[in-house]
Amino acid sequence: MTGFSSETARGAGAGPVDGRWFDAEAGPLVRPYAMTGGRTKPGPSGVRFDLIALVVVEPDGLDAAAESLLGPEHRALLALCRSETQSVAELSADADLPVGVVRVLLGDLLEAGHVRVSRPVPPAQLPDERILREVIEGLRAL
Amino acid sequence: MAAGEEPEQTALALKILVAGGFGVGKTTLVGAVSEIRPLRTEELLSEAGELVDDTGGVDQKTTTTVAMDFGRITIRSGLSLYLFGTPGQDRFWFLWDELSQGSLGAVVLADTRRLEDCFPAVDYFEHRHIPFVVAVNCFAGARTYGAHEVSQALDLERGTPVVLCDARDKDSGKEVLIRLVEYAGRVHTARLLDAVESRTGTV
Repeated sequence: MTGFSSETARGAGAGPVDGRWFDAEAGPLVRPYAMTGGRTKPGPSGVRFDLIALVVVEPDGLDAAAESLLGPEHRALLALCRSETQSVAELSADADLPVGVVRVLLGDLLEAGHVRVSRPVPPAQLPDERILREVIEGLRAL
Repeated sequence: MAAGEEPEQTALALKILVAGGFGVGKTTLVGAVSEIRPLRTEELLSEAGELVDDTGGVDQKTTTTVAMDFGRITIRSGLSLYLFGTPGQDRFWFLWDELSQGSLGAVVLADTRRLEDCFPAVDYFEHRHIPFVVAVNCFAGARTYGAHEVSQALDLERGTPVVLCDARDKDSGKEVLIRLVEYAGRVHTARLLDAVESRTGTV
């Protein structure tokens, strides 16, 4: 049900380092925003990550040493993005973290230059007709 | 792909909302057409507290969450469609605002045995000029109504498509989505024409 990624799972290398206690009834005893140091909004860049904004890892973003300095949740998100370009919604589901928490963590990664984030189509501006036709044909072919 | 192309640049994700009353089959529809098992994402209600006025006492609670189920359809590499089931309860309207931003359009699922459950969703999308289709989920045992009857009962704006469907069936769900994308394209083209006409009309 919960499906923590391997990076954040108990005993998977990270061990007790991330200091979480689990209880089958209560769920994680860590309040969600403890993972973000109490921050509830992404950093100064003021980016608002849409649920379908796509997150891509910068290939030369960081080396192993730099990555080891990141928290387990940051690393978990990076690992998920490396396997495949992911939307914010998918990252939230796969990492089993609330969207708000994922947004703060992604803000950190963005500011540090570890990831790039695509802008979704702005409101009131539909993709062009060619794309819509492609979508219709793609749906028919499913 | 030839060197020098920028596949990352063209990566595009589109969003379709699936709305309707509680238990009308939103997640079922998402699951029927999604290539992945519907995933669940949660939004913390404390964030909600920042967006609505009347949340006295709620803002300190960080453990309350609203779940949204969603699925994905990959059209091709770099073009995917995300389907979001909107939270059923009216008190989570604020989440709809975020969800509907930049969305291609919406599917309003209706059950003719309790048609009134989809009124709020119809109102919401009409007021915001978001293209939507009404998909009547034909539950077994429910009396079937024609699309025209449903359209009249909902007092839909002219042109809003009504489709009869079976939310469990992939092909049926595909048809609903195709109708929506076609309709969204038409609405968009009409708006562009209107904009051009009103501009030339004032000259």
